[in-house]
Amino acid sequence: MNELLAILLNVKPVIGAALCLTGGVLALIGTIGVLRFPDFYTRLHAASVTDTSALTIALIGMALMAPSWLIVFKLAAIWAFFFLTGPTSSHALANAAHTAGVEPLIGERARSRGRGSSS
Amino acid sequence: MIGAAALALVVAIVLMLVRALSGPTLYDRVLAVNSIGTKIVLLLGVLGFLTGRPDFLDISLLYALINFVATIAVLKFFRYRSFQVPLLRRSRGRKS
Amino acid sequence: MVSFLGLVAVLGGLWLGLSGHYTPLITWLGALSVILSSVLAVRLRTLDADSAPFAALPRIVVYWVWLMVEIIKANWVVIKACLRANLDINPALVKVKTACESDLAKTTFANSITLTPGTVSVLLEGDKILVHALYEEGAQPEAFDKMDRLSKWAVDVRGAA
Repeated sequence: MNELLAILLNVKPVIGAALCLTGGVLALIGTIGVLRFPDFYTRLHAASVTDTSALTIALIGMALMAPSWLIVFKLAAIWAFFFLTGPTSSHALANAAHTAGVEPLIGERARSRGRGSSS
Repeated sequence: MIGAAALALVVAIVLMLVRALSGPTLYDRVLAVNSIGTKIVLLLGVLGFLTGRPDFLDISLLYALINFVATIAVLKFFRYRSFQVPLLRRSRGRKS
Repeated sequence: MVSFLGLVAVLGGLWLGLSGHYTPLITWLGALSVILSSVLAVRLRTLDADSAPFAALPRIVVYWVWLMVEIIKANWVVIKACLRANLDINPALVKVKTACESDLAKTTFANSITLTPGTVSVLLEGDKILVHALYEEGAQPEAFDKMDRLSKWAVDVRGAA
């Protein structure tokens, strides 16, 4: 039983680092989406991947590497703060764009324009 | 492996900077800046663990707060062209 | 009064968690700042049943867990959309009707829609929410029914009244 615990304690930082790397890669994927998608509203969707999954996974990874519970609490505070304010700023962005009259691309048009200006 | 995570975040930030510089509308730029802020919060945490000083998390928490307020402030400014407009709650005459 | 004590408890917990230094002087300063912030919140009238829903806390936690599962599912769809070689997105604007009555429940519902990748709430008018979705197929008004019912159940304490 003690050996199992020792193995777990040794493996924990490695899992944490792997989860951090996963979070970084997810942030990269979200950025690629932001660069590829054709108009503002669709880019908002890609950016929310970074705001939710990349953040959650990277913070869980850091929590596994944390030396003390105080650090875990700080990570949890960052996570809760982002999940409470992230949708607010996303909605503020979408609402401001809608109020200013930015028209979303609907349906097939988005697809063809996305292919044209994907670089 | 943590170094690779930091590298991925740096690359993501640089790519997002491309969107912030080239974004056709103002809102694309604000979106890019907001997203860069999220990534920098993660990067600060990862760098803290990379150098063995998790105290960096305090800075990243502060950065998260400022990032949110800055996004809302910029959007408010470009909507009303002024900071002097109160963002009022609907008054309902109800107290705590 | 319940919301005031709840605010003091939350702020105190936050201070204890973030500080890490527990010498008497610093603890006293922390307690002072907690009290000052709470009194200022009361004076600014930012404290009411909507901003401090402590009564509904257990149900909010259940809702949160359900929402996390939904977010993970939706994330997978958007990640695939980002990485696919040809862009096969089909964006649409959908109007969703909500059954939530209190402001807090409406906010929770709209924020849940925004938090799930692939859908963003654009405009909130009365009991209708304008939603922009990445895939038209996944954003029929029926798709939001369950989220609507759950957020009403979790947060709308005064909905029946």
